[in-house]
Amino acid sequence: MPGIGVVESQRIHFNEPLHLRSGGVLPSYELAVETYGTLNAAKSNAILVCHALSGHHHLAGHYADQPNNIGWWDNIIGPGRPLDTDKFFIVGLNNPGGCHGSTGPSSINPATGKPWGADFPMVAVVDWVNAQARLADFFGIDQWAAVMGGSLGGMQALRWSITYPERVRNALVIASAPKLSAQNIAFNDVARQAILTDPDFHGGHYYEFGTRPVRGLRLARMLGHITYLSNDQMGEKFGRELRNNAFSFDFDVEFEVESYLRYQGDKFAGYFDANTYLLMTKALDYFDPARLDDGDLVRTMARTHTDTNFLVASFTTDWRFSPARSREIVAALLANGRKVSYAEIDLNYGHDSFLMEDAHYHGLVGAFLGNIKL
Amino acid sequence: MTLMPGRPDFDVIASWVEPGHRVLDLGCGDGSLLRQLIATRDVQGWGVEIDDANILAAVRNGINVIQSNLEKGLADFADDAFDHVVLSRTLQTVRHTEHILREMLRVGREAVVSFPNFAYWKNLRSVLDGRMPVSEDLPYQWYDSPNVRFFTLLDFESLCQQMGLIIRERQVLDETGTLVDASAARDLNFLGSLAVYRLTRPR
Repeated sequence: MPGIGVVESQRIHFNEPLHLRSGGVLPSYELAVETYGTLNAAKSNAILVCHALSGHHHLAGHYADQPNNIGWWDNIIGPGRPLDTDKFFIVGLNNPGGCHGSTGPSSINPATGKPWGADFPMVAVVDWVNAQARLADFFGIDQWAAVMGGSLGGMQALRWSITYPERVRNALVIASAPKLSAQNIAFNDVARQAILTDPDFHGGHYYEFGTRPVRGLRLARMLGHITYLSNDQMGEKFGRELRNNAFSFDFDVEFEVESYLRYQGDKFAGYFDANTYLLMTKALDYFDPARLDDGDLVRTMARTHTDTNFLVASFTTDWRFSPARSREIVAALLANGRKVSYAEIDLNYGHDSFLMEDAHYHGLVGAFLGNIKL
Repeated sequence: MTLMPGRPDFDVIASWVEPGHRVLDLGCGDGSLLRQLIATRDVQGWGVEIDDANILAAVRNGINVIQSNLEKGLADFADDAFDHVVLSRTLQTVRHTEHILREMLRVGREAVVSFPNFAYWKNLRSVLDGRMPVSEDLPYQWYDSPNVRFFTLLDFESLCQQMGLIIRERQVLDETGTLVDASAARDLNFLGSLAVYRLTRPR
């Protein structure tokens, strides 16, 4: 089935200050946004897709002048696909703090006329949700037909259902967790340390020095990438394959897995902003909506709307956000008698499974969204 | 909404639930029973399933379904979360029989259990003829059956007594789905192909 084809992005300016959970304020900000499909007259067919750590607004299709720049969730969005653009109006955005066109650390701080850098205020998941709510207002969307996301994107979908319960008819929380574990935070901190200790980091003001902490960002991505894959999948894909069939007894690239990780690290470090990476990982670490209710997730889930339908999905080989973490969300929703379905999907790609095309996984998403009455 | 042609035990179960009740259906398949209960009795329903194809079918049918392995219990469910917990034609496939019955009555006020009765006279005749029974309610060959426990109506009642569970109601159906018109347990055990029970915890 062909995808959505050529798409365009837009930048939307917001003048009203965004007050952040950290106490910081964005006096004004821009959001990079893409939409697919047509918003119906009743404005009842809109789906918000929230991105994860390294994602952005370019969900699907490609730009006219960049045929190879395919959106990161293209396999699930398009005519006849689970997020059917013939039925739904799909909205993707780059969250504040991002580095793909929305206001973030590499944007100019109006107070100084220089890039924000390390002075960019810390952003939390709830801040993104608030910014997304204003984006909904901009489109005149009172209520999303669905809010969905994987990983950190799933946390935003969950936060939506808690913070704006009446504005979410369906929430799809995929490969996510109600909060990070100590192990998750530990991985994030090693990634941050790689960036923070890079001599090119310059306290986050590297833009002014005409440099970027590429080595740190590369290491951060390599580490992150290991945690997104499953041991089995790495074994199948690389095993102990050597590039030159023999040991070279030096520290150059020898094993295929090294080659792969270095390539992924280099690619990522080439385009991603290190300050954004720091902010995104902190937003992950801080996410814990049950803090609203003394750590009691059951009470927090009572804040969701009784009419909201939830689809929670996890992947059997995901050890970064394991099925047990998704089940915590499910149990808290069930304890409140909420409408929830839960699927534990047998896919071999670890945490990254949520981005993969799979008939059962996509069938579930399609079936769940297919029940939405417009 | 078009309903699947009702299974006779579904009608018995439907007669035991009230509008607004919270019903949990263990081994809910594609959600047919819950669809019927929602459509005809206006209940709130959730299902538990292990099979991927059934999860997909239930989601497509608009039924809340939780993918889980019943053998591991019902840890995702809180105490007293449901009015009725249903285990329809599934008890014979569960290895940890006592555990699942206890779990049902932990999360639910009432347990509804239906199962094929091994002592049904046609099944007995089949065994006397030297072959394992295959019938409407035991529709498998011995080598492809998901059933791991073979028991009779009297066996089940004896287990309930041993576990201190109270049998509130019992309905027994023959192979055609007709209610068996008898009252003595021994007669029902002989004439019934499928037994449906309504259980509660001791007060």
